[in-house]
Amino acid sequence: MREIRYIDAIREAQAEEMRRDKTVFIFGEGIGPRGGAFTQTQGMWDEFGEKRLIDTPISELGFTGVAVGAAMTGLRPIVDIMFWDFAFEALGQIVNQAARIHYMSNGQIKVPLVVRGVIGAGQSAGGHHSNSPYPLYTQMPGLKIVIPATPYDVKGLLKTAIRDDDPVMVFEHKGLYNTKGPVPEEEYTIPFGQAIVRREGSDVTLVATSRMVLLALEAAETLADEGISAEVVDPRTLVPLDKKTILASIRKTNRVVVVDEAFSPCGVGGEIAALAADEAFYHLDAPIKRIHSLSVPTPSSPPLEKAVVPSLEQIVTTVREVMNQ
Amino acid sequence: MDLPDKDVLLALYRQMLMLRRFEEAVARVYREGKIPGFVHLYIGEEAVATGVCAHLEKTDYVTSTHRGHGHALAKGVPARQVMAELWGRSTGCSGGRGGSMHLYAPEYGLLGTNGIVGPSIINGAGAAFSAKYRGTSQVTVAFFGDGANNTGSFHEGLNLASIWKLPVVFVCENNLYATEMSFLKATAGQSVAARAAAYAMPGVAVDGQDVLAVYQAAGEAIARARAGEGPTLIECRTYRFVGHHEGDPGTGYRTQEEVEEWRKRDPIPLFRDRLLTDKVVTQDELAQIGDDVEAHVQDAIDFSAQSAWPSPQEAATKVFASPL
Ligand SMILES: Cc1ncc(C[n+]2csc(CCOP(=O)(O)OP(=O)(O)O)c2C)c(N)n1
Ligand SMILES: [Mg+2]
Repeated sequence: MREIRYIDAIREAQAEEMRRDKTVFIFGEGIGPRGGAFTQTQGMWDEFGEKRLIDTPISELGFTGVAVGAAMTGLRPIVDIMFWDFAFEALGQIVNQAARIHYMSNGQIKVPLVVRGVIGAGQSAGGHHSNSPYPLYTQMPGLKIVIPATPYDVKGLLKTAIRDDDPVMVFEHKGLYNTKGPVPEEEYTIPFGQAIVRREGSDVTLVATSRMVLLALEAAETLADEGISAEVVDPRTLVPLDKKTILASIRKTNRVVVVDEAFSPCGVGGEIAALAADEAFYHLDAPIKRIHSLSVPTPSSPPLEKAVVPSLEQIVTTVREVMNQ
Repeated sequence: MDLPDKDVLLALYRQMLMLRRFEEAVARVYREGKIPGFVHLYIGEEAVATGVCAHLEKTDYVTSTHRGHGHALAKGVPARQVMAELWGRSTGCSGGRGGSMHLYAPEYGLLGTNGIVGPSIINGAGAAFSAKYRGTSQVTVAFFGDGANNTGSFHEGLNLASIWKLPVVFVCENNLYATEMSFLKATAGQSVAARAAAYAMPGVAVDGQDVLAVYQAAGEAIARARAGEGPTLIECRTYRFVGHHEGDPGTGYRTQEEVEEWRKRDPIPLFRDRLLTDKVVTQDELAQIGDDVEAHVQDAIDFSAQSAWPSPQEAATKVFASPL
């Protein structure tokens, strides 16, 4: 199968869906002739032009609000928010309006909106360009939360997001943009709510998201040399969450470590830990462990940034700990 | 200005009276404990929704505010559905899930009243964007209060609507207060209409107590939008005769004299006197309209009182259009 980069998969997904459905269009800063800050719309201008690749002023609240109004009245906007940090300027539109309108209108109005952009530390981008704020959105009923780790997944899940009738938030780690992986030429989509077992194992389950999936896989490799067999499970979507696959893995390995780049309080690790405690308590042989970024604004200087984000070593050490219990 | 045809005049009168009697009934049953939550009444401001919505088609859009019962009725949402929503009943326009500040009736072009100050402006621009994108002739009217004209939604919404030439009319109901905050204290420049210049669109200030003045200004702006000539900002100077919400005495931040002065400019008697002076209608015709309106409002009350509550079993349904 051909291999393409994560960012290329994003571009393909958008172009294919725009070709398929004339109501799909993109709002974003620099997504027109420039092709996007990350080349996410490069080469699309000639085909789609200014009607459907709409270069916006720096007006996140404004164009997100316009997108919500457009989604309420028959269109399928993609808001390219660039960095998810910028979405805080538009948060009211996402949470108070987009997320709630279907319910509050008694199901009369759909809001098929996609907001997508980058998350993640690792490039010294500092406190306003490195955040991973998806847990916050999982607390808001009405939003679907997608967090793809591979080129294959981002293409299939983004296409599903664009076709979905609800507001879908897509979180793409910028550290993944240049990673390559197999992506078929043929059309496919990936349903929401299906976790994937990235590596099978029998001693411990690593539930990992986004770029942490790559780290968890590396850790599993290292641990294998020590005779520890780690299973790596990637939920792929946080809302809906595929509890079945996660629980099946935990019941098999009897140990669980969550690796997630977002912050810990009320976060992904807490959710998985609660799930394990609620529904797999008697299968557990060791305490549940959570590995998250330190709860600080992401610092810029490389040694500081490295110190706050989960590391390979941290994963390996934590797994050794739970194996000794 | 030439007077519009008699049937238009009578329709304007009937609509204003409907909005007034509806809200008076809401105040009454609210005090009786029939309506849960908060309600913000439109009493004193009827000329605005009436004069504007008289120009709209059923397929046109309206986005509205926390003070939105009048917008819903004037846009054609049946009084029964609006009243029942306030009562929290399953027959309400939002099935009881919304309440006063979340009236949704897309079938009638009402894209929602709103519990947040500001969003009506940008979401209205969004509906207008959609109409333009889809190539329809639909126009959107975004209603908002003077309180919203200092939010980011106002400034970002007007800018985008202007650079994209969207078919939208922004109608500010400047009733001089945002809760207790005076418009004059809150607003640099002390004019909403003047702000239109910054966004390169026409800005019109009209007497919001004069339904014909509103009707005329809105007619021009809506025609402009429909012709693809872009947005207009209309500032209607008006006044709420009652408290901010039911339960607020509406005093303390404004003087009794000020309230009395404005009450002299009640849009309904003003218009009635004009119609009678110009001999457009007879006392009998007006009395007949009054009786019809009373009956219509009573019907909405009876309907609400007899309507079922929503089923608690459904409390967790319809969060998503395609469920998880
Ligand atoms: C963003 C936001 N801030 C504050 C409030 C609380 N609030 C509700 S109505 C209101 C006053 C609004 O004034 P205005 O826009 O002039 O409308 P009016 O009530 O006068 O019709 C306030 C402050 C709110 N609903 N939303
Ligand atoms: Mg006001």
